[in-house]
Amino acid sequence: MKKTMLGNYAASWGAQLARVQVIAAYPITPQTLIVEKLSDIVADGELDAKFIKVESEHSAMAACIGASATGARAYTATSAQGLALMHEMLHWAALARLPIVMTNVNRAMAPGWSIWADQNDSLSQRDTGWMQIYASSAQEILDSTLIGYKVSEKVLLPTLISFDAFFLSHTMEVVDMPEIELIDKYLPPYKPEYKMDVNDPRSFGALTDEQYYYEFRYKMQKAMDEAVDVIKEAGKEYEKITGRAYNLIHPYRCEDADMILVTSGTIAETTNVAVDELRAEGKKVGNLRIRVIRPYPKKEILEVVKGVKKLAVIDRNISPGYSGIFSQELKSALYNEVDIPVRSYIAGLGGRDVKIEDIKDMANDTLKNDAPNDLIWKGVKI
Amino acid sequence: MRLTIPEHEIMTPGHLACQGCGGSLGMRYALKVFGKNTMLSIPACCWAVIDGPFPYTSVNVPLFHTAFETAAIMASGIKAGLMVQGKDTTNVIAWAGDGGTFDIGLQAISGAAERNDDITYIVYDNEAYMNTGIQRSSATPHGAWTTTTPVKHYKKGPKKNMVEIMAAHRIPYTATASVGYPEDFCKKLEKAKNTKGFKFLHLLAPCPTGWKYDPRYTIKLAKLAVQTNYFPLYEIIDGIHYKQTMKVKERKPIKEYLKYQGRFKHLHEDEVQFLQDFIDENYGLLRTKLE
Amino acid sequence: MVIKFQNNDKPVRITGAKDMPPMPAALGSMRQNKTGSWRNVRPVIDYDKCIKCFICWKFCPEPAIKIVDELPVIDYDYCKGCLICAEECPKDAIGFEKEGK
Repeated sequence: MKKTMLGNYAASWGAQLARVQVIAAYPITPQTLIVEKLSDIVADGELDAKFIKVESEHSAMAACIGASATGARAYTATSAQGLALMHEMLHWAALARLPIVMTNVNRAMAPGWSIWADQNDSLSQRDTGWMQIYASSAQEILDSTLIGYKVSEKVLLPTLISFDAFFLSHTMEVVDMPEIELIDKYLPPYKPEYKMDVNDPRSFGALTDEQYYYEFRYKMQKAMDEAVDVIKEAGKEYEKITGRAYNLIHPYRCEDADMILVTSGTIAETTNVAVDELRAEGKKVGNLRIRVIRPYPKKEILEVVKGVKKLAVIDRNISPGYSGIFSQELKSALYNEVDIPVRSYIAGLGGRDVKIEDIKDMANDTLKNDAPNDLIWKGVKI
Repeated sequence: MRLTIPEHEIMTPGHLACQGCGGSLGMRYALKVFGKNTMLSIPACCWAVIDGPFPYTSVNVPLFHTAFETAAIMASGIKAGLMVQGKDTTNVIAWAGDGGTFDIGLQAISGAAERNDDITYIVYDNEAYMNTGIQRSSATPHGAWTTTTPVKHYKKGPKKNMVEIMAAHRIPYTATASVGYPEDFCKKLEKAKNTKGFKFLHLLAPCPTGWKYDPRYTIKLAKLAVQTNYFPLYEIIDGIHYKQTMKVKERKPIKEYLKYQGRFKHLHEDEVQFLQDFIDENYGLLRTKLE
Repeated sequence: MVIKFQNNDKPVRITGAKDMPPMPAALGSMRQNKTGSWRNVRPVIDYDKCIKCFICWKFCPEPAIKIVDELPVIDYDYCKGCLICAEECPKDAIGFEKEGK
């Protein structure tokens, strides 16, 4: 059934359709609408879940971990400072191999206080062992929640779904809500092999010395490796029931491109429009939207870019001291595989708008320049 | 043969507690009363190590090891997960040391208490960060040596009154207990087990390693703490009705308690008197609340 | 495939990742750790003096005192020699000797 809704509400309805059982969340702009809507959904009896009104985000993730450890489907949502506060427990959730799904509204880290779009918050959590999805539409937020649980519960790694503050969280789009009966078949109840069970009492997370810790990390990596195919299969199965396809990367008009822009989040959607305009001008450009960065789709990216002459990455984030993070990851994937110059653009930090014109500027800049460049500031006022 | 506490053992020996550990004895009693239909949330503390390293365990109930400051909220999450799956009767216990309760865990325990989450929180108080090597906590009594309050700068300031803080949340059941009086502790455990909502038990657990005494005196010290009014045994219903559960007819002088413990041996007479006056004043305040 | 919990006093055999669960979930019991080896002194119950009050059993932190045929019996596989039992026995029925073995 099609409805218009805010990106944030797409997250709430995604959790409702996933029949999450325990929600533990703490309010933070611009995520608040997600949890407010979920409060209503639970109060109205449209979701049979326990909603713990925790006293901090760190506790939100801890509560999700406790619930998930007993075999319940757990969910939370946060943003920026809240995500940062949870950091310790993000490691905990991943190493405990718990299939928690969390939506994060990409918001700039403070100080100064900024509630606007920026990806540094989620990218700072890159190495915690969470699978990471960057959504570009309200529909994708809802769909990714369902696919997220399906994949997480198979490979036993948590999933983080991020989307841009205000550009996506607070804008309305048409979202098709699948029938819950259809989703029940796609996403059956969570039945873990290992869980807290009085009939099989075990300790979880005990002291693990050098004899064993290394092997747990090995097993986590193996799960990430397995996740690449699981994500693809879960995406294909979702397409069968809803008609909407999801993959680790979403290339747009890349097949015969001379130059490909590499983007994520809402910038990626805008880039599709820019690509159409550039193509109309006779320029053979394409857009490669990176949807999943963990597990990193190295093989899939190389498949798309291998024949291209130039790449331009647009990062709404920066790792201070080096460059944009999507760009760094891309270049490390290309190294030893293909020799393509990459120009790395930083744009839109702290919620600064990145318009179609800006993207066309960056594209034209790359088309005109053959040299790679580690960091080009787009739109900064010096 | 008449046993005054439940006979059945849940916990097995072979665990890593020091000889004479009060915290180990406390867990033994708690599990006897709560039984097999119980789950534990244990943060960083001695018990994070005592239970045994991977791949072993000794408590024989499901135990989730959790981050230092999250004992209470992890228990709340576990309880919520069980409730949504219809497993309403399983007892969920947060079992933490004083550091993880009075200090770093204070936010989480306050949150869980304020929400009246249906869990039992038991702090086994050995009055310092013992697991990391005897550093002071806000539960360390005035006068004590610890590695971060050496003799020249011994810990000044009273022990944080966690029981009052919990009672202020108006939780259904709050109580103090000592491993020296297991019958009293077991009665309180039973009450907690049969009460819905947030329950807080403050258990005094003497530590031979950190308090610097011969391990054989653990029970003697656990009793003296009560008999000197240093650690009175009482319970608070709904945060407002105070009831003493062990009357002390004539309190023993605090130096009886201090003399066994190396952590206090540097104290001069006037410092001991300061402690004595503080204990008497504190107990006087408690008496005004008792019904 | 869940690795079954080995509920005995034998060590668990792990050769590598394939013998391990995805996360550190216990596979065996600490009963395999015979803490009797920690002792410097061993408590000994004089059954002539024992009045079967079971105070020793009540206060053992391990617990390393079992009730066998209505008598307290020290389990020397696990007794750490803290001597709480000796200290608390109301009849001084528990003496101790240096751990010889």
